[in-house]
Parts: sequence; structure tokens; C-alpha cells
Amino acid sequence: MTTTTLLSAAVYFALGCVVLGMVLCALRLAVGPTAQDRVLALDTLWMCTMLLALLLGIAHGSLVYFEAALLIALLGFVSTIALAKFLMRGEVIE
Amino acid sequence: MLLAALVLVPFLGSLLAAVMPADARNRESWLAIAVAAGGLLMAGSLYPDVAAGQVLREELAWLPAQGLYFVLRVDGLAWVFTMLVLAIGLLVVVYARYYMSPADPVPRFFAFLLAFMGSMLGVVLSGNLVQLVVFWELTSLTSFLLIGYWHHRADARRGARMAFTVTATGGLCLLAGVLVLGNIVGSYDLDVVLAAGERVRADELYLPALVLIALGALTKSAQFPFHFWLPHAMAAPTPVSSYLHSATMVKAGVFLLVRLWPALAGTPEWTWIIGGAGVCTLMIGAFIAIFQHDLKGLLAYSTISHLGLITTLIGIGTPLAIVAAIFHILNHATFKASLFMAAGIIDHETGTRDMRVLGGLRHALPVTATLAIVASAAMAGVPLLNGFLSKEMFFAETLLVGGDTNWWMSYAALAMGVFGVAYSLRFISIFFGAPSEALPRAPHEPPRWMRSPVELLVLTCLVVGVLPGLSIEPILHVAAVATLGPAMPEYDLAVWHGFNIPLLMSTLALAGGVLLYGLLRRYLQLKERDTVPLVHRLNGAQIYENTMLRLTRGAGWLLKHLGTLRLQPQLLLLMLALLGVPLLLAGAPPAWSDSPRQGFDPLFTAIWVIGGGCAIAAAWVAKYHRLAALALVGGTGVVTAATFLWLSAPDLALTQLMVETVTTVLLLLGLRWLPPRIKAGAGQPAPGRLAWLRRSRDLLVATAGGLAMAALTYAVLVHPASDTIADFFLQNALTGGGGSNVVNVLLVDFRSFDTLGEITVLAIVALTVYALLRRFRPAPESVAIPAQQRHDVDPASAQTPAEQAGSGYLLVAGIYLRLLLPFMGVVAVYFFMRGHNLPGGGFVAGLIFSVAILVQYMLAGTVWVESHLQLRPHRWLGFGLVLACATGLGAWLFGHPFLTTHTAHVDWPLVGELHLPSAFVFDLGVFVVVVGTTMLMLVALAHQSLRAHRLPGDEAARAAPPVSGRRTL
Repeated sequence: MTTTTLLSAAVYFALGCVVLGMVLCALRLAVGPTAQDRVLALDTLWMCTMLLALLLGIAHGSLVYFEAALLIALLGFVSTIALAKFLMRGEVIE
Repeated sequence: MLLAALVLVPFLGSLLAAVMPADARNRESWLAIAVAAGGLLMAGSLYPDVAAGQVLREELAWLPAQGLYFVLRVDGLAWVFTMLVLAIGLLVVVYARYYMSPADPVPRFFAFLLAFMGSMLGVVLSGNLVQLVVFWELTSLTSFLLIGYWHHRADARRGARMAFTVTATGGLCLLAGVLVLGNIVGSYDLDVVLAAGERVRADELYLPALVLIALGALTKSAQFPFHFWLPHAMAAPTPVSSYLHSATMVKAGVFLLVRLWPALAGTPEWTWIIGGAGVCTLMIGAFIAIFQHDLKGLLAYSTISHLGLITTLIGIGTPLAIVAAIFHILNHATFKASLFMAAGIIDHETGTRDMRVLGGLRHALPVTATLAIVASAAMAGVPLLNGFLSKEMFFAETLLVGGDTNWWMSYAALAMGVFGVAYSLRFISIFFGAPSEALPRAPHEPPRWMRSPVELLVLTCLVVGVLPGLSIEPILHVAAVATLGPAMPEYDLAVWHGFNIPLLMSTLALAGGVLLYGLLRRYLQLKERDTVPLVHRLNGAQIYENTMLRLTRGAGWLLKHLGTLRLQPQLLLLMLALLGVPLLLAGAPPAWSDSPRQGFDPLFTAIWVIGGGCAIAAAWVAKYHRLAALALVGGTGVVTAATFLWLSAPDLALTQLMVETVTTVLLLLGLRWLPPRIKAGAGQPAPGRLAWLRRSRDLLVATAGGLAMAALTYAVLVHPASDTIADFFLQNALTGGGGSNVVNVLLVDFRSFDTLGEITVLAIVALTVYALLRRFRPAPESVAIPAQQRHDVDPASAQTPAEQAGSGYLLVAGIYLRLLLPFMGVVAVYFFMRGHNLPGGGFVAGLIFSVAILVQYMLAGTVWVESHLQLRPHRWLGFGLVLACATGLGAWLFGHPFLTTHTAHVDWPLVGELHLPSAFVFDLGVFVVVVGTTMLMLVALAHQSLRAHRLPGDEAARAAPPVSGRRTL
């Protein structure tokens, strides 16, 4: 087994794990039961997408994916904050 | 370029006049005088060429692909009209300087007047029929603006609307007629059309073309049955009535008929339509004019009657009649313009135009009285004045047309002559008798320069009347030759032709008129009558108003029965149309064919199952659980971004990510103002069968719509990829556009004109949203402060909303995000800078930047952010658009087409060689517009929350009682 195949197998395994995480997030998102659960699930879904971007970057050997991951890391939680603020205060911008 | 300058200079003058201060009466007048006098000099210099029978042309490519050229041409007829428009225009602006009161906003007046002058010159000088119609409509528009100049007066507004509706409708008919005519001939060029007379008259489409063009000309020249708008147009200031509604604009109709005489005339249809309208008009106009009490009303009906006379001559259509028509156009312009000006002087000096009040004015206004009397004598057709000559030619023509047996036209002409003398007497009666005691003001002679235009015009009447051969003959000859060409008749413009029937008719008309006037005064109480005898039921204005009322009602009825303001039926219809129309339009579906399939990947499928599941779940809960639905839609958005990543499109993923974030914030902002769900109480009945049926139908339509979209997508996917333009862009992005990010090069270089259009639309949408939100008033049930802020467990609920907003909720996130702001800025700049070559660009960067600012709004509150950062999104919008347009225009400086990209290579210290395409600046414009748009819309929505801050604490509490207990969402 060469390094390349090992790497691609590892990446595929990791992708499988991340997608499994996404499925679980989606279930929580759909089931709830409270709004807080849904917001957390959405936030984690974004996180998983960031990891997905990193893994795909490794798989494709392209640096552009890391920038996408950077952008998700920097701004992906903005919708989470908006939802949290809405839950807490009833309006997003006071 | 002389002709282009002739048309263009008045428009430039109009622009200049519009920007002058409101009290610059003198400067405005000098400007207008300079424009008119300059035009006269320019046009005058063309006389030698025109007199030699040449046709001067100037052409500019307009839509060369459609065979349309912007053609200006001048021949004798056009030249004479140009001189008429400019000369009367010059006199009118001198007159207007003294007529307009210092309280009137003169910039508007002179701007409109000069714009009219330009439009009228455009009509006269057009060498292309379509272009002529454009200028024709411009004259209608400027006439509308000038009639409505005193827009605080209801009669001015009504008159303006009526004139515009009638003439603009006529203009539309004219456009249709011109298109038919152009279709017959195969060209819109005037010279070609005029040369193709035989072919036009033989064509089966001749009659429709003639009727449509006649409708245009007859409405413009206020011919029966469209004559009613002209008296109502008299609400305009008198210089306007004098210029537009007697001397020039109403002559556009007869000008057009004369212009197209070689192409259209010479058939029985021509004589019946044009001549018939003319005869009716001249009789009715002259008759009604006698019974007017308003000076300008009398002149208006007299104008209608004289226009009818000209139209009749054109309808008769013999070459000699055309000569007489052109002659009378010129004569009428001189004496009627001077009469209007005299009426204006009388109005100006006495304060009234009511002939029942006016009397004995020759004592106070001796000079004006003399001038007006001479001009009305010309109008009546008294010998040795210009009106006599053309009227006698008219009498001679009516005699000829009927031959020895048919005299009806001669009788009509004679009757018109008699009425004409009668109303002229009525007009001059205000100068005689005892001086009136009831005048609002004591009259004096007007300022010298206000009277001088009248003097000049009356002098012209006299000179032409006494010495026609020396004065008017060469000019008339030039115009007639240009129209008639080889058919030019022999004619003699002498005052004395010996004793003949036309002279007898003139004498009869004079004697009959005096007699009629005396009888009417004696037996019909002319001064007291309020209605016109015999024809008072024939009220065109009333018919017009009734028609407009019926149209409005009909439109309302249609709207009520065919339209709806409710969104649900609209959506339903839209969906049904989306399902049905493509099926009807598209033919047989393309053959299914196999394209190479991707291998099945369980992980990718799992991601899609998540996305689809989220979408369906969102639809399921959307009605009652808005927040949950929003979170689920967010899940679908995440999956879309993940899909783009998976399919190697990281730039799309970036954009999707940012759009997703902004959308969530936008929807949450809107969610605040949606009314809460009405709790189903015990009193409410369960949904009935009807509701059940409706919901089933909606579900069916929605499912069908979704399936159709899916089928369409599937069809596209399995259809084999053919040669697309994508290949072109892939090959040429680097060489042609100087960038290796094809998407960005496509946006800012290859298709930058589309992008410019898109960002303009974006800016318009943002401004519309902003404007709508300014008038937004929330529903009563959502005005109150949200329940969370009134929760009695939270000690902060004792504070006012403003205090709460300032005292830091989400403190941890607030602090670190404030620190992260510069980093977000750097990321935005980074994605912007390298956009041309790698994923990124102005759009994504703009969104990143907006999100960075939005986060600050969310965490620190509107008040805090706006006290630290002055954003002014409106200016961003404007600046971005200017930047994008300026980049495009910059290419013109180097002689390239709009939006040509140039790539500069700059050696930058430390950085090395940097290539800077001009598309980069364009992209900067996109960036700025995107930031401005997003900020403008979201901030406008966010500002709605500030209304709670304005409520004093007590009042806010009273508006909504405190809540206790756990709130479920």
C-alpha cells in the first residue's frame, strides 16, 4: 500500500465521518425540539462544511479550498449569532 | 453640421435656462434671444443654396442595422418653416420678457419654450419619418408642459392634460401611419418616400396609411372633430398661445400634410378626408368664435377656423391650392401671433380678458388699439392687408373645385368669410364705445419693447398686403417649388386682379359680416349670451371628458374583475403559467440521450439527502414555525455550498456562503415585524371542506411545479453538452481579458455591459426598498417590544429599550468580533485584489465587507455603530455606479468602444510587477455598489427597531404587558 492510496483512503474515511456528522446535525435540525437545538445544529453543520472543505482541499491538492475553509471559519457563525440574538432579544439589530 | 447645430442649440439653451436662478428674468430672456437670433442667422445663411433649389442633407448613423439614419434635410418648405419658427420665436421671447411677472418661475418657462423651439425645428428639418414622429411627440410634450405652466390653476392642468391626450394619441396614430408608409415604400427616408408617390397611391395599404397620418395631422392642427383641445389650451401664458397655439405648433399638422402632399395627395380619399375635416372645421370654428366672451377664446376658435381653411386648401390638393395654403400659413402666423400678443397686452394692462367688461380701450391704449385693429382687419380679409390675398386665393380655389355645378364649397367659404368678419368686428369692438368703468386695473400703454413685436408683425401684414410681389413672393416661391416640383403653377400675387368672382365674394363677405354682426348685437344679445346658438350641444370637450371617465371606469371594472391584490391567487396563477406556458410554446421535447454518468458516490448522496430533507422539512413547518423553517433553509444553504465545494467550484461556494449569511440576517430582520400566529381558540371552527380542497389544490400545484423544475434540470443534465460559449471564454480569458479567473473576467470584462446593467438594477432595488421602508408602519400587534425584552426574570426589563441595547448582550462575542473586524476587512480586500486571477472578485468581497459591518450592528446596536462609523450607503451606491461608468467612458478617451479593458503593467516597489487591468477599477465599482446595496437595505430594516427607543419606558411597557413563564418558539 503506497502513501498516496493510504492518504486517499484516509481522506475518504474522514469524509465519511464528516458526512455522518452532517447527517446527525440535520436530524437534530429537523427534530428540534427547542429552537436552541436547531441553532446549534446549524452552527455545527457549518463547522462540518468547513472540515469538508479542508478534506476536499487535501483530496484535490488545491489551496483554494483552504481559503474557503478560512472564510467559513471567519464568517460561518454570523448566521448563528443572528439566530442567537433573535432568540435572546426578539430582534437581530437593536 | 449647421443643421445639427440649428436643432441642437435650442435644446442646449433649454438646459442652460433650466439651471439659472428663479429671478434671472433678464438673463433668461437674453439667452433665449441669443438662441433665436443665432438660429435666424444660421438659417438665413442657407438662403442662397435653398433658393437655388438645392436640398441640403446631413446624416448621422442612428440604427444603421435597421436602415435608420438620423437625417436632417432642408429644402425650400423646411427653410420657410424654420425661419417662421425662429422669427416668431424671437419676437415671442422679447414679448415674454415683459409679459411674465417677476413672481413667475421664469427658468422653467424659458427652458420649456426653448425645448419646444428645438423640437419644432426637429419636426421641420427631419429627413426621416420616424425621427419626425419623435420630434412631433416632443412638441406635444413641451406644449403640455407649457400649457400647464401655471400648474396651481385647475384649468391649466385640465387644458394641458386634454391637449396632451389628444395630440399624443394623434402622434401614436401618426407613428403607425408612418410605419405603414415606410413599409409600402421600403424606406423611411423622406426623399425616397416623396419620390414614390405613384407606388404609394396604388398600394392597397394606402388608405390605412392615409387615415392614420391624417389622424395625426388633424389632431395636431385642432381640426374637427378634435378641435376642442385648442380653446382649453388657452390657459397657457399668452406668449405660449401666441407661439405654439397659433403660429407654429398647430401648424405642424398642416405642415406635415403639405410635406407629404407629393406622396399622398391626388386621390378622392385625400380630398374627402382632409378637405371634409377642413370644411367642417372652418365653418364651426368661425361660427363659435363670434359667441366667445374671452378674448383668447375668440382668437382660439378663429385659429381653428383658419387652420380649417388651410386644411381645406390642402384637401383640394391642386398645386395652386397648395401655394395658397403655404401663403395662408405664413399670413395667419403673422396676424394671429400679433393679435394674441395684443390680447396679452390688454389682459396685462386691464387685468381682464372678458369682452363683456372691456370697452373704449382706444382712449387708454391708442397705439395698441391701432395695431390690433389693423391685425384684425387682416384676419377679416380687408384689402391691402395680407389676409385678403390668401383668402381671395382660397375663394378662387373653392370656385374651381366645384366646377360650374357644385357650389357647396364656395358657399361654405363665403359663410366662413362672413363669420370671420363678424368675429373680427366683435374683437375690435372692445376698443370703441365709452371707456369701461369696471376694469380691475387702469390701463396704460405697455413698455415699448413689449409692443415692438406686435408693431413688427403688423408692419409685415401691411407690407405683404400692399406689396406682395416684392416682399413675400420670393419666399413663397422657394417653399412652393420645393413642395410641388415640376407641378409648379403660374400664379400672380397681385392686389388687383380686376373684377371677378373671388373679389365679389370678398366684398360680399365684408358686407355680410358687418350686417351679421349688427343683427346679432341687436337681436341675439351677443354680449349677454352664454351659449352658442345651434351648435352648443356639439361640445367636444364634454365628449372627451365623458370618454375619459368611461375609460377610467372601464379600467377600474377590468381591474376589479380580472386583477387581485391578494398574493395567494397571484402566486397560484404564476405557478400555473409556469407549468402551462412552456408546454404550449415548446415543441416536442428533445430526445433523451445518455451522456457519460458520474460514478455513484454514497457520501455525496448523503449530503444531498440532508439538503433535500432540510428543504422538505422547511416547507412542512414554514406556516407556523418560522424560525425553525429559517434554520432548516439555512441547512439547505449549507448543503448547496458543500456541493459546490465537492464539485470543485470553490468560488461559487464562497459566494453561496456569503449570500446565505446575508439572507438569514435579512429574513430575521423581517421576521421581527411579522404578526404573531393567531392561536386557535375554542371558538374557531375546524377548517371546512372548502379549505381542505383549497389546500389540496395548492399542494398539487406546488408538487407539480417542483417536479417540473426537477424534470427540466434532469433534461439539461442528460442532454449532451454541445459547443457552448463557455469554451470561448475558457480559451480567451487570459489572452483577451488578462485574468485567469474565467468567471471574474466574464463579469468585469467580456460581459461587463451586462454587469453594469445588473449593478444598476441592484442600486435601483436598494433605493426602492429604502423608499418603501421609510413609509413602513408595522402592524399594531407587532409594534410592541418583543417578549424577550419584557421578561420579568431579566432585571434589564426595567430599563428602556435604548438602555438595554447599549448595555451589552452577547458580551463575549461582541468583544472578540469587534477585534475581528479589521481581519474581516483584510480578507475582503484580499478576495477583491486577487479576484481577476483566482476565486474572488468585487461581488464576494462586497458581501464579506457588508457582513463584517452587519456583525457590528448586531452586537453593538444601531446607535453605537452609527455614532462610531458614518456609512451613508446612498453615497456608496452613487459612487460605485459613477466609478463603473467612468471606467467604461474612459475607454472613449482612447478611441475605443465603451467599456474596453486596458491592462497596464506597473512595477511596484517591493511587490514587483503588477498588472492592473482597467476592469479592476470596474470591479471596484461593483464592490462599492454591492456594499452600498446590502447596507442600505439591511440598515433601513434595522432602523425600524429604533422606533421602540423613541417610546418612553412607561409607554412601551403599557403598549405590552410584561410576560412571565417560559416562552416557547
